[in-house]
Amino acid sequence: MFILLGMPVVQIVIFGFALTNEVKNANIAVLDYSKDAATTSLISEFNASRYFDVEKNLVNYGQVGKEFKKGKIKLAIIFPPNFNEDLQHFNKAQVQLIADASDPNVANTLTGYASAIIIDYQNRITSNRKLPYTINTEMRMLYNPQLKGAFNFVPGVMAMVLLLVCTMMTAITIVKEKEMGTMEIILVSPMRPQIVVIAKAVPYLLLSVINIISILLLSVYALEVPINGSIFLLFFESILFILVSLSLGLLISAGVASQQTAMFISLVALFLPTLMLSGFMFPIENMPLPLRTMSNIVPAKWYYSIVKSVMIKGLGIKDIWKETLILFGMMIFFLTMAIKKFKIRLA
Amino acid sequence: MSNGIVISANKLTKRFGDFVAVDHISFEVNKGEIFGFLGANGAGKTTAMRMLCGLSLPTSGLATVAGLDVYKDNEKIKKSIGYMSQKFSLYDDLTVKENMQFYGGIYHKSNEFIKNKTAFILDQLHLQKEANVLVRSLPLGWKQKLAFSVAIFHEPEIVFLDEPTGGVDPVTRREFWNMIYQASELGITVFVTTHYMDEAEYCNRVSIMVDGRIEALDTPAQLKKNYGAASMDEVFLKLARKAVRAAD
Repeated sequence: MFILLGMPVVQIVIFGFALTNEVKNANIAVLDYSKDAATTSLISEFNASRYFDVEKNLVNYGQVGKEFKKGKIKLAIIFPPNFNEDLQHFNKAQVQLIADASDPNVANTLTGYASAIIIDYQNRITSNRKLPYTINTEMRMLYNPQLKGAFNFVPGVMAMVLLLVCTMMTAITIVKEKEMGTMEIILVSPMRPQIVVIAKAVPYLLLSVINIISILLLSVYALEVPINGSIFLLFFESILFILVSLSLGLLISAGVASQQTAMFISLVALFLPTLMLSGFMFPIENMPLPLRTMSNIVPAKWYYSIVKSVMIKGLGIKDIWKETLILFGMMIFFLTMAIKKFKIRLA
Repeated sequence: MSNGIVISANKLTKRFGDFVAVDHISFEVNKGEIFGFLGANGAGKTTAMRMLCGLSLPTSGLATVAGLDVYKDNEKIKKSIGYMSQKFSLYDDLTVKENMQFYGGIYHKSNEFIKNKTAFILDQLHLQKEANVLVRSLPLGWKQKLAFSVAIFHEPEIVFLDEPTGGVDPVTRREFWNMIYQASELGITVFVTTHYMDEAEYCNRVSIMVDGRIEALDTPAQLKKNYGAASMDEVFLKLARKAVRAAD
């Protein structure tokens, strides 16, 4: 009853407020070589807009790349030297926008907003002059110059497939044995429960590795998504994520008695949050705080960000050690919980 | 060792919170004996059996199975027992032969042993033609007989049967009991729970559980005499009516 009455409310709230493709309060960095009246007022325009927060003021070009690698900023604005002078003398000035296009939708939206603010400013200062000022905006899409959607969905699909295969299938096969009564027979045999559980998980581990290989081959050769980082790192992280998913599957199977329940829990508790809260479909930055906090417990969020960092941005382990550590912690946590539950059933 | 004791329970108890599922039961089972373990639903039969199989640890009391302690050696016990549950417990999606290979494998039997034993069982059950048929497509009676053969595949000292003949026709049940007698003649101790009172008559000795306690334990003939009953059915009803605990 609660579900029937509550569902529409929850859905309206989630889809209406939380899951929008609109980007608000995106963190940006500014590299201002001019530091004159025009750039200062333009920067404050950006800051005043609800779409942007100026997070960092940079001093040299090298820092731009570093900030993007850290993943804190989505857009960088670079004013060349003598911005105001050029504007006054030649009625023309240049500004460069660099966007993190590993998420092409967000990059597109942000550069759109930024251009609008710049044009708005340009029109305002031109209004009482005969000769119009022109501010040329030059855009650079970092990591994904062609704004290919595949750059976004390949990591998303990887997270999704692995979660589906590992968690759901592991949960279902173990619960199936419970339903059939064969699990009991295996438990009275001299096979150790740990070995039984490992034996159940290994086929799905292998299957998932094959899945990763086929997804990567397809995306590199058919979709032309490059693998910029180390392929070994990518595999290592994927196997870590597979282990997290497998332990989750084990945890689910330890707690439920029927295949339907296992399926339902895998779908509701994993598939939907993964779809909505991993950052794959909807940018997490715009979600209200409760949802943002919730997204932290979704393993796929961390894996998605790792795959993007390694595959698209070509980053190494030193930039993603935090995410790796979180996944590792999740694996340990789920595994201990699953083993504990298994033991309680036996006692 | 022909009359040695293979199962002994002394004040064996299992509590789930406040609920005492098995309440200080004590009994002994001799080697090669067919021991009937009777009781209404919810009387605690299955819980008691699970403790003896090493699937669940007792709350208190002592018990040894095949000379091994159920607390310390519950993993070792598993090697010397076979088990067949009330749920049909073979893999539906494997063939008759594959099922036997699988169970032989999980009991760490050699390929040689598995091969010979498989041939022997197929011969015994007249299933040679069905060796490569999926278990799913066998009639229930055949499946039950096969499940029993698989439960004693690794030649255990004791086999635990939890309502093995549920839903099986009388003819097959008779055949099933013939198999049980054969196993018993080979020296395998049979510990069986059942709801069929005619089957209780086939046992060497019978215990009747009521509300977690063993109310009666003797040969079927002696029980009938003690309770002035014509059949085991009557004995059981007289005892089971005393139950205060609701059946589940």
